[in-house]
Amino acid sequence: MAWTKKYLRVNLSSGDIKVEDLNMTWAAEYLGQRGLATRYLVDEIDPTCDALGPDNKLIMTTGPLTGTNASTAGRYSVVCKSPLTGAVACSNSGGYFGNELKTAGYDMIIFEGKSPEPVYLYVEDDTVELRSASEIWGKSVWEADAWLHSAHQDPDLKIAAVGRSAEQGALYAAIVNDLHRAAGRSGVGTVMASKNLKAVAVRGTKGVGNVKDPARFKEAVAAGKKVLADNAVTGQGLPALGTQVLMNVINEVGALPTNNMQTVQFEGAAKISGEAMLEPRKSDGKPNLTRNAGCFACTIACGRVSTIDPTHFSIQDKPQYQGNSGGLEYEAAWALGADTGVDDLDALTFANFVCNEDGLDPISFGATLAAAMEMYEEGVITDEHTGGQALKFGSAEALVWAVEMTAKGEGFGKDLGLGSKRLCEKYGRPELSMTVKGQEFPAYDPRGIQGMGLTYATSNRGACHLRGYTVASEILGIPVKTDPLESDGKADLVKAFQDATAAFDSAGICIFTSFAWTLDDVAPQVDAACDGEWSTERLAEVGERIWNLERHFNQRAGISAAEDKLPKRLVKDAAKVGPATGRVCDLDKMLPEYYKARGWSDDGVVTDEVIQRFNLPA
Amino acid sequence: MQKSLHIVPDKCTGCLQCEAACSEHHEGVFNTARSKIKVFNFHEEGRFIPYTCTQCDEAWCQKACPTEAITLNVVTGAKEVNADKCVGCKVCTIACPFGTVNYVAATGKVSKCDLCGGAPACASACPTGAITYISADATGHDRMRDWAKKTATQA
Repeated sequence: MAWTKKYLRVNLSSGDIKVEDLNMTWAAEYLGQRGLATRYLVDEIDPTCDALGPDNKLIMTTGPLTGTNASTAGRYSVVCKSPLTGAVACSNSGGYFGNELKTAGYDMIIFEGKSPEPVYLYVEDDTVELRSASEIWGKSVWEADAWLHSAHQDPDLKIAAVGRSAEQGALYAAIVNDLHRAAGRSGVGTVMASKNLKAVAVRGTKGVGNVKDPARFKEAVAAGKKVLADNAVTGQGLPALGTQVLMNVINEVGALPTNNMQTVQFEGAAKISGEAMLEPRKSDGKPNLTRNAGCFACTIACGRVSTIDPTHFSIQDKPQYQGNSGGLEYEAAWALGADTGVDDLDALTFANFVCNEDGLDPISFGATLAAAMEMYEEGVITDEHTGGQALKFGSAEALVWAVEMTAKGEGFGKDLGLGSKRLCEKYGRPELSMTVKGQEFPAYDPRGIQGMGLTYATSNRGACHLRGYTVASEILGIPVKTDPLESDGKADLVKAFQDATAAFDSAGICIFTSFAWTLDDVAPQVDAACDGEWSTERLAEVGERIWNLERHFNQRAGISAAEDKLPKRLVKDAAKVGPATGRVCDLDKMLPEYYKARGWSDDGVVTDEVIQRFNLPA
Repeated sequence: MQKSLHIVPDKCTGCLQCEAACSEHHEGVFNTARSKIKVFNFHEEGRFIPYTCTQCDEAWCQKACPTEAITLNVVTGAKEVNADKCVGCKVCTIACPFGTVNYVAATGKVSKCDLCGGAPACASACPTGAITYISADATGHDRMRDWAKKTATQA
């Protein structure tokens, strides 16, 4: 079992709330979380619907392992159609919220329609109510969180909420839970706000049980934890330096996109690295990093808890940023730092805090600001547009100013909230947008890591590292080392990573376990917990089914294979520095090989044969 | 040798494996809401602090109980709640200065740490050594060793 086999259906238009039985036929095909919720979404919405209209649905979903003691099993995902890309969105988050939802007795919540007034959903086991959010609409996530805890007088309430950026329509707004964990990408927060849904506040006391074979589950979970503890990345690197362990590594291999991906190495990389976060600062002798932290059930604990230098200009007279909060992860440090050319660690931490407080995806925000900076330096965007703020690469002042404007949706922040693609189109320089399908790139330059170019181009949610992290193989040698500058063989590698990732994402665990785990480590845990038999092969098949389901949805949403492409900069302008000097991304070579490996037509269409093989809805 | 739970908050990452293990051991399901050990998250301070019963020798809860429902396990030293005798009066929850005895509405009884009969599930589950189960007479030895080491390196 492991699933609760119950979920909530909340119609925001009518206020109707129902408890429904989980479709176990689909659970057998799609496992849970990302896969299963996407199957529901595909069944229930028109792929061509307006992502910000009432016909879109928003699903908060856990996996079968969520809430158990399997390492990292506290995840939940948010699935909907994305306003940023028009494609399927699935954003995954940790913290404690996923466990709480499952503990309250539900595998997922499907939100449909649109509330006439701002509301939040309150769940306390069997008590499920929509309540007025008039007191917290217009407030930040942090303010809403404090108000909800106070209003319900329950310190154990777990809250997922949207901030002002989502309310103001920023297209890459996140849903933030537990103050600084986020379902970050693709604008899932924007969709939530478009439904007038401010927050979901959950308190569960029922527990997560129904594990199929408790004794075997205990053994499988213990074995999994041992693999994580014994692995150099998950046992040492990530706890010590977080994902920021990558900053210097990726810079050295010449794959750190810098100044809106104009170049591939950043002079200031060391100053914004995980190592720099450990250096005591002059003002108070404390390092940026206070400690590491784990999400629910996580035995890796890569999370960062940080403070900003008390003398830093960004936080004077701003007490809400003067304590500890969620610190910089690699992707955020890259987007807010290297991609904007800013090497001021405290300014980056400030921008990260603001992204958490008001629910912005720091990757998309930083990359959009980087595009704006390039256009400002070109003279396309001027002081007139910004209201007098200079937007130069490397300016910490510009970063601090821009993030607050975007978080609140004020002035030029409105433009920045459009995302890189629409911003660059608005100012007549579409080729400067470093995006795929409208979503901004993360922190790996595909000229220096070839497989990532194919991953980005074919990702079902637009440019993303979490849809197939071939960096693991190409840079870290996990599970086998491949040459990052070589494009041969990358099509199969990308496909394997994409399928495996979809399975990890559907189980309720964190993809970071895959630095140490393969599906061989996941299968025994899923098999001991869930009805039926779950082998490695079956999980890989589930992953491939999910990938095709998502692709097919996108196809029907009008996103053709013509959009499996990279910006010209990455396929025409060769890297000028570092080990990748002279290289462009060989996407044209890899793409046909990839379509073939997927069994799609030569022009990238999911064929009837594939649809039948995976029993996809027509 | 009598053992006791030894908690080093600096090592706690807030993962709640201890709470999952505690509830699973006592309730048969993973249910952090029913855990007898609680991890408190001091967000502003950036600290996680696990907290549970320290098994006082002269236990306020035990003395306060009018039905003698709280008894000493002579092997482990734990003060254990005998559910058959507990009437849910909650006087022990008032008597305990540390708040580590709590009422459970679902059962109508109080609940507290019982050291799992001598093999505390929380300590086994803790991935960082923030919670260990060691000689009750030596819980300060690690800290003594750290200070001694400083002296050694200074000399």
